[in-house]
Amino acid sequence: MKVPPRKKDLIDIRSLSREEVEYLLESAKPFKELFSQSVKKVPTLQGKSVLTLFYEPSTRTRSSFEIAAKRLSADVTNFAVSTSAVVKGESILDTVDTLQAMRVDYVIVRHQASGVPGLIARHTRASVLNAGDGWHAHPTQALLDAFTLREVHPETAGRRVLIVGDLQHSRVARSTSRIFHMLGAEVAALGPGTLVPSHRPEWLRTFSNFEAAFAWRPDVIYLLRVQRERQHDQFFPSVHEYHHQYGVTAERLNRIRGEGIHIMHPGPVNRGVELVDAVMDYERTLINRQVENGIAVRMAVLYWLKPGTEERHG
Amino acid sequence: MKETMLLDEAGVASAVGRVVESIAGQGRDLPLVLVGIHTRGVPVARRVAAALGNAVAGIGTLDISLYRDDLDSRGTLPVLRGSDIPAPVDGARVVLCDDVLFTGRTIRAALDGITALGRPARVELAVLVDRGGRELPIQADHVGHAVETNASQRVRVRLSETDEGDCVMLYEVGPEGDS
Repeated sequence: MKVPPRKKDLIDIRSLSREEVEYLLESAKPFKELFSQSVKKVPTLQGKSVLTLFYEPSTRTRSSFEIAAKRLSADVTNFAVSTSAVVKGESILDTVDTLQAMRVDYVIVRHQASGVPGLIARHTRASVLNAGDGWHAHPTQALLDAFTLREVHPETAGRRVLIVGDLQHSRVARSTSRIFHMLGAEVAALGPGTLVPSHRPEWLRTFSNFEAAFAWRPDVIYLLRVQRERQHDQFFPSVHEYHHQYGVTAERLNRIRGEGIHIMHPGPVNRGVELVDAVMDYERTLINRQVENGIAVRMAVLYWLKPGTEERHG
Repeated sequence: MKETMLLDEAGVASAVGRVVESIAGQGRDLPLVLVGIHTRGVPVARRVAAALGNAVAGIGTLDISLYRDDLDSRGTLPVLRGSDIPAPVDGARVVLCDDVLFTGRTIRAALDGITALGRPARVELAVLVDRGGRELPIQADHVGHAVETNASQRVRVRLSETDEGDCVMLYEVGPEGDS
């Protein structure tokens, strides 16, 4: 396999070539193998510093990056950002100056506004990893989803993935559907009409109800998290109604089991909303595997990226 | 570019033979595990294992890429192959196998890699060619062929498993020659 030249940042899946995606998915495998060694840590990033900069609350993504960086022997610092403060463009660049002075090598950024990780990347020599920005992108989530899909379906071409939920406001849906499409899978969306984007790529098929989606015979059902904090925006009538129409209910689980369909979810799950409890015990539910794979994929990304050596201004 | 053949096919075979004798001659009452370092240490370990037969408890491969100390200076990365050692290394006599021993940096990384997998009773080093030029205090226990070289030369081992035929070549390159 060819190893593509190293890049400084990972901002979105769109900026990766197919070759780069294939390389990252392939190189995540040996990182995952390390998890079963007696020493799970490698000295690869010894002496490097990784800073997590989360303007939006997150436990799993931040922990996953933190574990990935620590297994590579990097030093990790969590930069506390007040979540209540309205962060203006100006103060972001002030923060960047601070990072520059701290001489960190890698910055992991999550922000509620699209484009912030890219902005930071252009102003620092450190490698910037986008851990989710607004509705824009969540590239490491997409990579871990693709890695997980490959584990159960090594030949991704022609596989059918049904994404269920709020596609309009989901960076996960945006990045993950893109990478699945890149790998040759067929991707379809199912969700409330108000939550399926009107401007969508022509390769994205849509369904309005589960019955029609089942008839399409998906190999994987990817459930998006219902963002209850958005419930007040009234995009769907009620959580109960959502579950009834778009959730994996006990009856739908029977059908899913019968057809051998795999279930994915980026976490954290809302039991009783996107899925019933029994889904968590279903043998083709890949949710915990996604968490484990997330660490391996993030290690592969940290290994591949190369922080800049010179101060950059612009 | 000037090139000299250090060992031909028969020379490679007798170098492997010397390594095999040396390992067998220092036989200990411990399970013997041969570990080939990617890339060409792998066929070296396989050939040695084939000659030693039942004396070998296990054979594996080791990828030292993640244990190297030169990530900063690399624009392109090596292909990661992962390590695969099916036999337990705890309490074993592990013999690391490689094609060429030069600066010793690969072996330093390999020692980190092997100790991450467990705690061998002892670790030894077997190489097909020892070309001198050490930058670290590391020596081989089992050497197939020893030759003094300088930094502007390059020693290239070819083995039929990965290349066309068996031989060891010496090239005159620049000071950047690395193996």
